[in-house]
Amino acid sequence: MTIDKDVSTAGDRAGTAPSGTGGDDGPAAAARLPASPIEFRLDPGSGVPTYLQLVQQVEHALRLGYLKLGDQLPKVRDVVASLAINPNTVLKAYRELETKGLAAGRPGQGTFIQATLNQVALPELTELRRSLLGWLATADATGLDEDGMVALFTSALRGFRERRGAASGEKESVA
Amino acid sequence: MNVIEAIGLGKRYGSTWALRGCALAIPAGHVAALVGPNGAGKTTLLNLAVGLTAPTEGTVTVLDGRPAGSPAALDGIAFVAQDAPLYKSLSVADMLHLTRNLNRRFDQSYAAARLGQLGIPMRRRAGNLSGGQQAQLALTLALARRPRLLVLDEPMAMLDPLARHDFMAAVMAAVADGDVSVVLSSHVLAELERVADYLVLITSGSVQVAGEVDDLLASHRVLTGPAAEADSYAQRLDVVNARRGGAQAHLLVRTNGRSGPVPPGWEEHPVSLEELALAYLREPGAGALPGPTRARGAEPMEVTNWQR
Repeated sequence: MTIDKDVSTAGDRAGTAPSGTGGDDGPAAAARLPASPIEFRLDPGSGVPTYLQLVQQVEHALRLGYLKLGDQLPKVRDVVASLAINPNTVLKAYRELETKGLAAGRPGQGTFIQATLNQVALPELTELRRSLLGWLATADATGLDEDGMVALFTSALRGFRERRGAASGEKESVA
Repeated sequence: MNVIEAIGLGKRYGSTWALRGCALAIPAGHVAALVGPNGAGKTTLLNLAVGLTAPTEGTVTVLDGRPAGSPAALDGIAFVAQDAPLYKSLSVADMLHLTRNLNRRFDQSYAAARLGQLGIPMRRRAGNLSGGQQAQLALTLALARRPRLLVLDEPMAMLDPLARHDFMAAVMAAVADGDVSVVLSSHVLAELERVADYLVLITSGSVQVAGEVDDLLASHRVLTGPAAEADSYAQRLDVVNARRGGAQAHLLVRTNGRSGPVPPGWEEHPVSLEELALAYLREPGAGALPGPTRARGAEPMEVTNWQR
C-alpha cells in the first residue's frame, strides 16, 4: 500500500516536470486536488479481464459507499504507474463506466463519479426473487444439488455477460 | 502508420536461417509483445529493426517507412538490449553526459528529475548500482531521447519481481505521458498479459500470429465437452489446439466472428492471452494473421487500427 502511494506521488511530479513536454496531465491545480478515495488492485488469478476488474472495483466501492457523487477516480497515469498496466486498459475501464453512466470525464482534470448505482425497486426485487425460487424448485426436482445449481447459475451468468459484452464491443468498434 | 514493417525479411548466420520470410506490420500506438521460444528469432528481428545487423534478404523499415539503421530511423528509436548495456566504470552523471553528447536530442532535465525520483545517486558508478537501478538507468537514458519507438529486448529477464514491476510501471507511465510506441520481447507470457495490447508470436524464424490482443481474445474460444464427440464437432470448427482426456476434451478454436450456439453438453469459455499463445506455440502449423494465414514472404498484411 505504502509502495503504491510512493509510486503515484512520484508519477505526479514527473507529470509536471519542468521539461514541459509531458504536460498533458492538466493544470498544476488538478495535481493538488486530494487523491481519489480508492486505489485499484489486481487479481491476476481471477481470470477476469483487467479492465473489468477495474470496473467492478468502482461499482463495488459505490455500493459500499467508498465512492460518492463527484468523487474523482484515480488518474490514468497514477493507475498505470502503480499497477504497471497498459494505459489503454484503464481508458477502456473508464469508457465502460462512462457508457454505464456512472462516471464522466472532465477534460484536463480526470474522471469523476456522476451517478450512484441504481437500486432495483423493491416490488421488482420481490418478483425476481419469486421467479428464482420457482427455478430452484424445478432444479431440485430434477435432482440437482446446491453446488450444481450454483455452477449452472454461474455458467449461465458468465455466458449472459459475454454476450452482452460482445454486443457492446461491436457498438464501440463501429463508433 | 507502422512502427515496424518487414517484407520477406531473412537473416542467415552461417548456414542457419535465424529468421526467414518474415512479413510483419506493427501499427503505431501500441505496446506490442514479441513472444516466442528461445531461438525463434525475436532478438534477430529486433536487431534488424534497430539497425544493429543488416538483413540477408528482404527489407525492414521503421516509423513509417524509414529504412532500419538510417539516421532518420535511429533518431526516432531508443533501444534497450537484453542486459541493460551501460559503461559499468562510468558514473551515472558521466553516462548522462555521454548519452547527451552522442544524441541529437536529449532531455537532460527529464533524465535528472527521473533519476532523482528513483533515488539513483549521480556519483555512483553504473556497475555498482543494483540490477533494478541499472535497468532503470538504461530506461531513463532511452526515454530522455524522447523516442517515438521504444524497443526493449527481454527487459526484465535479470530483474527481481519488485524491480520488474517498477520497470514496467515506468514504461507504461511513459506510454501514458506521450506519443511513444513500444515493442518488447519476452518469453514470460504471464507478465505480458497486463501490458501488451498487440501480440506478435514468432516461431522457428517466422511470424505465426499477429494482431491486437482484444481482437485475438474476442476471436478465440475454448470449448469443453465429451471427448467422444470432439472429433466430429472439430470438423465443423477452426481448431487451433485440442487437448483431451478419456472423457473430456478442450478445443481451442478460432471463431472468426461467428459465435453460433454450442451443442448441448458443450461449454464455451473465453481464453486468456497466455492460453492462446501456448496453444499456438504447441501447434507451429496453425496461424492467426489479419489476412492470409502464415504469411511467408508475402506483402505485409493490412492492419486496421480499431482503437484510434
